[in-house]
Amino acid sequence: MSFPSLLIQLLNGLADASSLFMVSAGLSLIFGVTRIVNFAHGSLYMLGLYGAYSLIELLGRTPLGFWSAVILAAFAVGIVGALIEIVVLRRIYRAPELFQLLATFAVVLVIKDVALYAWGSEDLVGPRAPGLSMAVEILGKRIPAYDLLLIVIGPVVLGLLWLLLARTRWGALVRAATQDREMVGALGVDQAKLFTSVFFVGAVLAGLGGALQIPREPANLDLDLTVIADAFVVTVVGGLGSLPGALLAAVLIGVAKALCIGLGTVHVLGVDIVFSKLVLVVEFVIMGVVLVLRPYGLLGKPPAASRAAGAAPLPLAAPRWQTALVWIVVLLAVPLVSDDYVAALLIDIACFGLFAVSLHFIMGPAGMISFGHAAYFGLGAYAGAVLLKRAGLPMEAAFLLAPFCAALFALVYGWFCVRLSGVYLAMLTLAFAQITWSIIFQWDALTSGSNGMIGIWPAAWLADKTRYYYFAMVFCGLGVALLWRVLFSPFGYVLRAGRDSPLRAEAIGINVRGFQWAAFVLAGTMAGLAGAVFAFSKGSISPSAASISQSTDGLVMVLLGGVETLTGPVVGAGVFTWLRDALARETDYWRAVLGLVILLIVVLFPQGLVGGLKMLLGRFRERRA
Amino acid sequence: MSGGKAGAPVLLVEGLHKSFGGVQAVEDVSFALSAGELLALIGPNGAGKSTCFNMLNGQLAPDNGVVRLDGRDIVGLSPRQIWRLGVGRTFQITATFASLSVRENVQMALYSHAGRLRSLFQRFGTAMRREADALLEQIGMLDQAERPCGVLAYGDLKRVELAMALANEPRLLLMDEPTAGMAPRERVALMELTASLARARRIAVLFTEHDMDVVFGQADRIIVLDRGRLIAAGLPEEVRNNPEVRAVYLGGTH
Amino acid sequence: MLRVTDLHAYYGRAHILHGVSLEAKAGEVVALLGRNGAGKSTTMKAIMGLVPPARGTVTFAGRRIDRLPPYRIARLGLGYVPEERRIFTELTVMENLEVGRQPARAGVPTWTEEKLFTLFPNLGRMRERPGGRMSGGEQQMLTIARTLMGNPSCVMLDEPSEGLAPIIVEQMAHSILALKREGLSVILSEQNLHFCQSVADRAYIIEKGEIRFGGSMAELAADASLREQYLSV
Repeated sequence: MSFPSLLIQLLNGLADASSLFMVSAGLSLIFGVTRIVNFAHGSLYMLGLYGAYSLIELLGRTPLGFWSAVILAAFAVGIVGALIEIVVLRRIYRAPELFQLLATFAVVLVIKDVALYAWGSEDLVGPRAPGLSMAVEILGKRIPAYDLLLIVIGPVVLGLLWLLLARTRWGALVRAATQDREMVGALGVDQAKLFTSVFFVGAVLAGLGGALQIPREPANLDLDLTVIADAFVVTVVGGLGSLPGALLAAVLIGVAKALCIGLGTVHVLGVDIVFSKLVLVVEFVIMGVVLVLRPYGLLGKPPAASRAAGAAPLPLAAPRWQTALVWIVVLLAVPLVSDDYVAALLIDIACFGLFAVSLHFIMGPAGMISFGHAAYFGLGAYAGAVLLKRAGLPMEAAFLLAPFCAALFALVYGWFCVRLSGVYLAMLTLAFAQITWSIIFQWDALTSGSNGMIGIWPAAWLADKTRYYYFAMVFCGLGVALLWRVLFSPFGYVLRAGRDSPLRAEAIGINVRGFQWAAFVLAGTMAGLAGAVFAFSKGSISPSAASISQSTDGLVMVLLGGVETLTGPVVGAGVFTWLRDALARETDYWRAVLGLVILLIVVLFPQGLVGGLKMLLGRFRERRA
Repeated sequence: MSGGKAGAPVLLVEGLHKSFGGVQAVEDVSFALSAGELLALIGPNGAGKSTCFNMLNGQLAPDNGVVRLDGRDIVGLSPRQIWRLGVGRTFQITATFASLSVRENVQMALYSHAGRLRSLFQRFGTAMRREADALLEQIGMLDQAERPCGVLAYGDLKRVELAMALANEPRLLLMDEPTAGMAPRERVALMELTASLARARRIAVLFTEHDMDVVFGQADRIIVLDRGRLIAAGLPEEVRNNPEVRAVYLGGTH
Repeated sequence: MLRVTDLHAYYGRAHILHGVSLEAKAGEVVALLGRNGAGKSTTMKAIMGLVPPARGTVTFAGRRIDRLPPYRIARLGLGYVPEERRIFTELTVMENLEVGRQPARAGVPTWTEEKLFTLFPNLGRMRERPGGRMSGGEQQMLTIARTLMGNPSCVMLDEPSEGLAPIIVEQMAHSILALKREGLSVILSEQNLHFCQSVADRAYIIEKGEIRFGGSMAELAADASLREQYLSV
């Protein structure tokens, strides 16, 4: 590729980086002060784009109309952000961090459907920026003037933010609250107002980032999750809480992506490297490399011990065998008394139940939050499908080998992941999941790409629905039983010990990372098993099995059920799967309803469904006693 | 001093150096510690006590110097490996497993010492119960064995830590401010308990401490650190009367 | 100035305070003595609204404050200096003081940075130093100075001498007496009886969440069995 066209791609990448920086800066700011990872930040960006589109239509395609629309859209999004804080999050600041995460997931669902209702499902292409629609000629190539403006806006916004944080009282309060928000309150600062203002500023940044993209990018409903994934990567690569880091990372990633597009297919030493196909994964590769070399990001610092007032985790209670027996009898009897629909739903619940239990295994007792557990579910499903269709293995062999394929990936991914902890770990898992998804999505020859694979049916002796029902129950049941058994073994106790106090665990000779790695692989294997059961029950599989939304579904199930209980994930998977199924048949806006239900639960039962019920039961007994 | 001079020292530190970004945190520190001996490491805040400690337990690598445990150089080993060589630790801010019961905490250390943690199916807690209860008995925590550590009073957590530190039959105990946050009498009781266990089992004990009653009451010898250097070492009375120590640390009251 | 009546407080489901009553008059230094875990810190946190009081009343300067959030209590002129200092390590000395700044209040001394630097000369020599790069003693000075920036009429100091070298503890006593001279009420929680004897006018002894003694320092000094029973000294 010639130098001028490389330069153009570079500038293009820099223009992308501006918006990415703004979203990430907002995310970082909000996380710093409130300790909430705002999953809805991508949704705010999306609202910025849609808002700018509509406002330009309203105010006219003049320079004044355009720029007022951009600014107004950003501020409108700011107000939405402040409302989210006031209406939802303010009520749950004392709840465990993960619950706040669940609440922001719910907000994502609601905003998506609000946007669907308001703007429809078609992509909306905005106008070019009036007055800046010309192109500038650089080295014989033409580049839109608007892109050049965007390149300047990024650093300008950084400068303004820096002044705000370093030179104002508000900035000092924000930085102080980042470290110890309770103390700031005890010094006479109204935390609620401070948090609302931080959400407002963070949301304005996201909205501005989105609105500024209207001449370059059509508004569409998938932006929420793709942008949040990008923003996570930027925040983590730059270093959580570092604004210059966010800009640096945004530029690095924007440029790397643009270069991959620009390079196209390159012929090196007799091998064709298709760089354009790397676009989807390049940022995650950068993130993986950076996190391994600099675990806290390029310009980040190790997190100061946060003063998050979390109660000590509760001891887990082992399930009673009588209860288990009742369930086994009920599940065995289902096909005898009900129709295919219930059995099919129960198979889904069993798959997601095992998936959720395997996620809970690493999240709860081992304390490793994963945003990307669907990778192993998807890998198990695809491994089964590929071994059956491409390798020509009999179904039984394909099915049994599938979990081990997932295990192999978990072995590799896990090696990196256990080097980190907390939010950083969560985001790295997301990165690996996204890489996996991209490979599945793009490797047409092996996976049929975006079309997915069909004709993945079980062997003849399992073709009968009832038989497959029992087959699914046995394997998922064994998977769950195995994971629960392990939790009460020395291995399981070591995981809990490593979560409670890594310092003490190391001081009594325990290799915490080693155990966490093993747990990661075990959980991945079981998620893979769930995926394989799922694939053969449907007869087809699509890349969505490894997608971000599949991962977040798993998180919602675990959190809904309650992370501190053993049976919670199964209950959560049941309620979630059933609710989603029931709602999807009633309304197009099932996501919003689901989101609202989750919000209601979060506000009413901050310990999750099972935890909440146990607490209610406890109170009831106390009153009787 | 009960067991000072007999045999080679358990811990031998020679010429320890550590600097952070050009600032010398620990400079040429040397001392030795024998089996059954209690050695107190004192000095003003920021004198380098914690840095010194963390170089002995494997948390930090020294820039220079030798740390020998029973004659074996342990510089560069991880905290985990150092524990395996027989070094028990307690922390300034207690570190126990909050969601596990007191007994399970001690059993965890015992299982680890016996190499029995890798089992996937056996139920945890069925083995090593008698050994755990014997340790809990010694530190007077047997009556609270079933309670989760997350709900214990601070002084009790300190004792659980001591039991865990004793689980691997250590040659050396490293105790970072073992009595911080305890009531005066509890402090003395804990250190008397430590001293009697150390003497009975011939364990060498190195501890940092701000409570001068504990230091002068319990330590066999004292070393004093100021701005990264050892400024005094000797018997309690010698250190108490050292004018330099009085100037930088003790002040007029002690 | 501050009156606490029958205060109860819980941590989760654990009942920590069982009806604590105490009082601090204007310009008085009151010590709250007790062992670790006796409820000293919880008492202060409950007064400050950091642990919501379950029962009982707290009045401060004639107003009920037991249902107010911490920031409202602080704005009424009740300052709180926590046990673990909790200074903002990323912020400079000047910025730490800025976070504590509240408007001047009638009838109580108004503090400026310069006035604080005469009380704590060390701080004046390190205005731009981040809090995280200060020694323990300097941090203790800063946390008190930061609270004074709110121009309180009463300050609660939670274990101000804990973890400090003996020589710094002596300085701390001088600083507390200086606050008393300014007319502030001071409530300090302590395990260190010697320290209290050098600064306090009156003392309460708290044990298992209940007040077991209230009286002058002289009475406490005269009663050896009391000290023996509750303070283990």
